[in-house]
Amino acid sequence: MNKMSFSIIGSNKNKKSIEKAASIIFTICAFFGVLAVFSISIYMIVSGTPAIFEVGLKEIIFGTVWKPNAAYPSYGIFYVILTSIVGTFMAILIGVPIGIMTAIFLAETAPKPLAAIVKPAVELLAGIPSVIYGLLGVLILNPIMYKIELAIFKDSPNHQFTGGSNLLSAVIVLAIMILPTVINISESAIRAVQKDYKQASLALGATHIQTIFRVILPAAKSGIVTAIVLGVGRAIGEAMAISLVAGNGANIPLPFNSVRFLTTAVVAEMSYATDTHKRVLFTIGLILFAFIVIINIILNKMMKGGNVDAK
Amino acid sequence: MQNNNSLYHKKARPIDKVAHTLIYLCASLSIILLVGIVGYVAYRGISSISWEFLTTVPSALKQTVGIAGNIVNTLYIIIITLIIAVPFGVGSAIYLNEYAKHGRLVRLIEFTTETLSGIPSIVFGLFGYVFFGVTLGLGYSILTGALTLTLIILPLITRNTQEALKTVPDSYRSGALGIGATKWYMIRTILLPSAMPGIITGIILSIGRIVGESAALLFTSGSGYLLPKFGEYGEGLFKKILQPGGTLTIELYLSMEKAKYDTAFGIAFVLLVIVLGINMLTKYLSSKLNVEKKS
Repeated sequence: MNKMSFSIIGSNKNKKSIEKAASIIFTICAFFGVLAVFSISIYMIVSGTPAIFEVGLKEIIFGTVWKPNAAYPSYGIFYVILTSIVGTFMAILIGVPIGIMTAIFLAETAPKPLAAIVKPAVELLAGIPSVIYGLLGVLILNPIMYKIELAIFKDSPNHQFTGGSNLLSAVIVLAIMILPTVINISESAIRAVQKDYKQASLALGATHIQTIFRVILPAAKSGIVTAIVLGVGRAIGEAMAISLVAGNGANIPLPFNSVRFLTTAVVAEMSYATDTHKRVLFTIGLILFAFIVIINIILNKMMKGGNVDAK
Repeated sequence: MQNNNSLYHKKARPIDKVAHTLIYLCASLSIILLVGIVGYVAYRGISSISWEFLTTVPSALKQTVGIAGNIVNTLYIIIITLIIAVPFGVGSAIYLNEYAKHGRLVRLIEFTTETLSGIPSIVFGLFGYVFFGVTLGLGYSILTGALTLTLIILPLITRNTQEALKTVPDSYRSGALGIGATKWYMIRTILLPSAMPGIITGIILSIGRIVGESAALLFTSGSGYLLPKFGEYGEGLFKKILQPGGTLTIELYLSMEKAKYDTAFGIAFVLLVIVLGINMLTKYLSSKLNVEKKS
């Protein structure tokens, strides 16, 4: 009898090796992301730390004078860090309430056809490139701010006029930019609240508004907190939109001062910085990266907490 | 008998009215902002748009501006980024959904994917500049920019593919395996075609992200507005990959810096149209996906 060459087990060996190769390739793909995060962390640390030894940690983080090009350069970024924190906080303070209210509007009180128009529009807002926000900030917001500034500081000769490029302008741009994130995520959190809660509350005689604020919002808490944390992440990492709006002076973050954020410091000077100056900019990048990692860990913890709640 | 506590008497609650007004106020503020932003860009930008603006490069001699070079650069970056990122992203999703056993490893991969999507683009820009630009010696080039963007869009593609794979019913898998298909054959002929709309949605969202990205590209792909030279056999088109080139957003940022606001608004309008198109395309695709899921 001839050897069967078309047995169903005949090409088994060949198939097995293909199977093996496929599974190995997919595994490698999956580790690509892990590899990326690790190499980004390592590279940020490697390129961010030399300046710390060179200039001194205390001088960088707590120094208040940023003069990288002076004869005796000084690399203090205390005000820059402070600006990022204060700016983000203010943007959250403005953006989050408006965002949550809009989310309530979309999920609860809006007439259906209106919500059907507004929701895609909010999604569109999330996709607009950040430079466009910057462009509008420079052309619309800054002139208005300048007028307000002129009116307020008319009689104070010590004030350094900024032409409207100040902390407040940047904060407003950031607040508008985090709106879509906050609206989208809070809205889906509100919609995810079980109908029984709402029905029970209404049946007990609570008004719709009472139900929203006493029952639905507390039930949607974890989703809303996630929205806020994501908003913080977006605000603290935004660079291009505010780099021309904020004015870029390394000053104390007061509303009408020209200020410099961690991100805008890098954008503004990276292209011409050399030696120590450049290394300090990488340290700024490292600090920013550290902020983001902390935010991410908080977010991760919270998501897990939310899942436990759902169970 | 007077009865103000009757069930049929609604007690007026002034605080309800205040809250209601507040909700409507905030919502209309958001809507006005939205309409205002889109409307203003369209109003200012549309006057800059002309055939010449879209199809030529800036010429100092003729005193004209054009963004053809930037459009081509943007296309280059989109294509190269997708060529690198899509296989890795889809492969990673297949591993997570089909091969991996739940455990620490999967959690590590999912955590890093999430971290990757949270890192601000300026940090990606710094990393891309040091790693791809300096360490790998690619300098300011379209390839450096594309490699940096690969890292940014990887989570987007992985997550969308994963979602799509999850919607494929398990009966498809067991059916295919039951009649003797191997796993890879099953993935290739059953899973991937079923998950295709989800993968395409991921790709389109990625294109949106690439088009809008600026901070990550400023120090990686640099700026440049010239069209690639064709060369004798078209080799110039490939050389372009290793040359610097600014995308539309970079050119917008640069013209903003130089206070050339008309050009800036022209580019902003083009970007807005692209974003709108991408938005509608994803809407269409996801509605198609939902219909298929229901049937």
